[in-house]
Amino acid sequence: MVDMVSYDDGRCRKLGFEETELRLGLPGGGEKTNANYGKRGFEETVDLKLNLSSKEMTLDQNDLKLEQSLSKEKKLLPCSNDSVKPPAKAQVVGWPPVRSFRKNVVMAVQKKTDAEEAEKGNGGAAAFVKVSMDGAPYLRKVDLKIYKTYQELYDALGKMFSSFTMGKCDSQGVVDFMNESKLMDLLNGSDYVPTYEDKDGDWMLVGDVPWEMFVESCKRLRIMKGTEAKGLAPKAMEKCKSRS
Amino acid sequence: MCLFQSIMNYFPEEVLEHVFDFLTSHRDRNAVSLVCKSWYSVERCSREKVFIGNCYAVNPERLIARFPRVRSLTLKGKPHFADFNLVPHDWGGYVYPWIEAMAKNGINLEELRLKRMVVSDESLELLAKSFPNFKSLVLVSCEGFTTDGLAAIASNCRYLRELDLQENEVDDRKGQWLSCFPDSCTSLVSLNFTCLKGEVNVAALERLVARCRNLKSLRLNHAVPLDVLQKILAQAPQLTDLGTGSFISDPDSETCAKLKNIMKKSKSIRTLSGFLDVNPRCLPAVYPVCTNLTSLNLSYAPGIYSTELTKLICHCEKLERLWILDTIGDKGLGVVASTCKELQELRVFPSDFYGVGNAAVTEEGLVAISAGCPKLNSILYFCQQMTNAALITVAKNCPNFIRFRLCTLDATVPDAVTNLPLDEGFGAIVQSCKGLKRLSISGLLTDQVFLYIGMYAEQLEMLSIAFAGDSDKGMLYVLNGCKKLKKLEIRDCPFGNAALLADVGKYETMRSLWMSSCEVTFGACKTLAEKMPRLNVEVFNEGEQIDGSPDGRHRVEKMYLYRTLVGPRSDAPDFVWTL
Repeated sequence: MVDMVSYDDGRCRKLGFEETELRLGLPGGGEKTNANYGKRGFEETVDLKLNLSSKEMTLDQNDLKLEQSLSKEKKLLPCSNDSVKPPAKAQVVGWPPVRSFRKNVVMAVQKKTDAEEAEKGNGGAAAFVKVSMDGAPYLRKVDLKIYKTYQELYDALGKMFSSFTMGKCDSQGVVDFMNESKLMDLLNGSDYVPTYEDKDGDWMLVGDVPWEMFVESCKRLRIMKGTEAKGLAPKAMEKCKSRS
Repeated sequence: MCLFQSIMNYFPEEVLEHVFDFLTSHRDRNAVSLVCKSWYSVERCSREKVFIGNCYAVNPERLIARFPRVRSLTLKGKPHFADFNLVPHDWGGYVYPWIEAMAKNGINLEELRLKRMVVSDESLELLAKSFPNFKSLVLVSCEGFTTDGLAAIASNCRYLRELDLQENEVDDRKGQWLSCFPDSCTSLVSLNFTCLKGEVNVAALERLVARCRNLKSLRLNHAVPLDVLQKILAQAPQLTDLGTGSFISDPDSETCAKLKNIMKKSKSIRTLSGFLDVNPRCLPAVYPVCTNLTSLNLSYAPGIYSTELTKLICHCEKLERLWILDTIGDKGLGVVASTCKELQELRVFPSDFYGVGNAAVTEEGLVAISAGCPKLNSILYFCQQMTNAALITVAKNCPNFIRFRLCTLDATVPDAVTNLPLDEGFGAIVQSCKGLKRLSISGLLTDQVFLYIGMYAEQLEMLSIAFAGDSDKGMLYVLNGCKKLKKLEIRDCPFGNAALLADVGKYETMRSLWMSSCEVTFGACKTLAEKMPRLNVEVFNEGEQIDGSPDGRHRVEKMYLYRTLVGPRSDAPDFVWTL
């Protein structure tokens, strides 16, 4: 039984994760339903999980090579994250073979830099920016550093300005600029669109740069009516085109 | 032979001695002393530099008896795997008896170089007080001393030229050891205290540098700030080797500007290291010096990211030796390959010890280097993954490797593309690099790789193996094939008694053998020890029953054997059984 496999590294946990994960499948599911997933043709992540499961079933559990191919498979899984990666490497004494002196020094320096960065994030240089919304009687301020993604920011802004409605974003909360017609629909609607003033003093549509870069360069936010934001689109399109 | 001997006897001994003076390598001198009795005699009385690769192979008395005129002694203590915490604490390797014996016998010691030894403050004090001409102390990977011991050296060694501390575990008592150099000390040529963790008296440091006009090599620790570095450099334009202390400052500050000016004027710096604490935006200050650099060590600078690293390296066209962290990435290595055409030695160390998955380097970087750097002969490469194809390409591009050490972060990872073992790749390396002296292998490996090593690695002297092989055959291929093998260290491999006992005479031709987490049993070790009285076979018993003789079939966790002229050592701790 695949889910009974217990290796002494984290993979046992990983299988448990899969087993307890919510799935759209027939009730009373188990390993056997894995085969059905493929036939159901769900999104890629599920197909890859299927590959992993079937591989586990066919290979000898004690085979060292199993460990190799599984660790390879893990890299393919988009959902594989660091927390379930087996810490087997760290647990082997003396591997990788680096002098303890060197290890300690490098790790100490890294810890220090991490601590310094965390400090900056928490107290020191918090990135408070003014947020104005057209038609709203008052401005607000948000600390950009407390959010990790655009979606979090939108959610927070939405709460702040209760009559605030967002333009349609894709699943990652980023306005899809590559599709010109979509953008035009967005801008022609009466929905509000978040824009920001960057370091150069230009007014940009929120969402085109990676989040970290946005936090670094955003000086203030302005939530404009879609129709007013039209003037920004060509610039945003230009910047995007030059980037791709 | 008779004719030869009579011809040689025609020359008075002084002439022989003069001829031998030209022989600096200890190997050559060892060879010379085997020719005949009179050569042995002349050689031993004239030898000034003695190298002892295993401090327990001989003892101080024999050293002094054979080489009464020794002035420079190099000693190595613990086995190499001690570096990776595989050797229990208190195993041994004490330098005190050596210093004591030489002091008692009036040896005119001038230079002491120690590696992986236990050095107490007491030994340093005795050293400092016993040898009036003492000039040079080099300690690498040692432990057991504090800054008090250093103070003794500084205070008493009037003609000290070199104090070089590399990667030692030093208890920093935060005393004033540096201030202990008397004002009359002007002889320093080399001072390296990078591994010390505490503050030093910077005023004393500045004065010391100012009065030592012959100072060529200065490596500071992280407690020395950038503004002090700038002042020191202004006083020492003759430096050829610089290790920065802390490299943090506001890049727009006057300090940085002054530093950059000094760097522009400095024509002699050839070796650069340090940058433990670094603000990467200050790095451009050192660009002027980069054009002349032959050796660069940034392996303790995780604060410098890939882009800044490559910007720096772009200026280093004369680089022959580069030590960096894997934060450089494959792309960065590509830049190295296209810039550093004189590169001979490359070491890429890991920056991520918990496998969190930060990008490391892969086979791509290694291939790029091999293609771009035709003079490459020594490599230490920690990487995320490897392929046979890449190793085969590297072997073709670089047939001149003398040292090839590859370490995959996952010890048993197979070829990243084919999922096969990496046997063929390493096989290509040993076949192509006919001068290979040192090899470390890793990744998924079967007995096949050892067959290749035994067949082709004719010059191999040191081999490090971990998590490799399928059976005794692997080890046998190596022992039978590598005629020049001196050091073999094995961990976590399925090699057992049959391999260990197949050719017991072999071990007397080697310096040492280390086997841990393998399949050898206590009984086999005992058998070996009984057959070979000139080997010390040490078995470590940590946490096991010491009373009563253990079962012969009991697997031995760690075994270290070495040839010796002086029998079992008297300073072995309880957990070490010399059989």
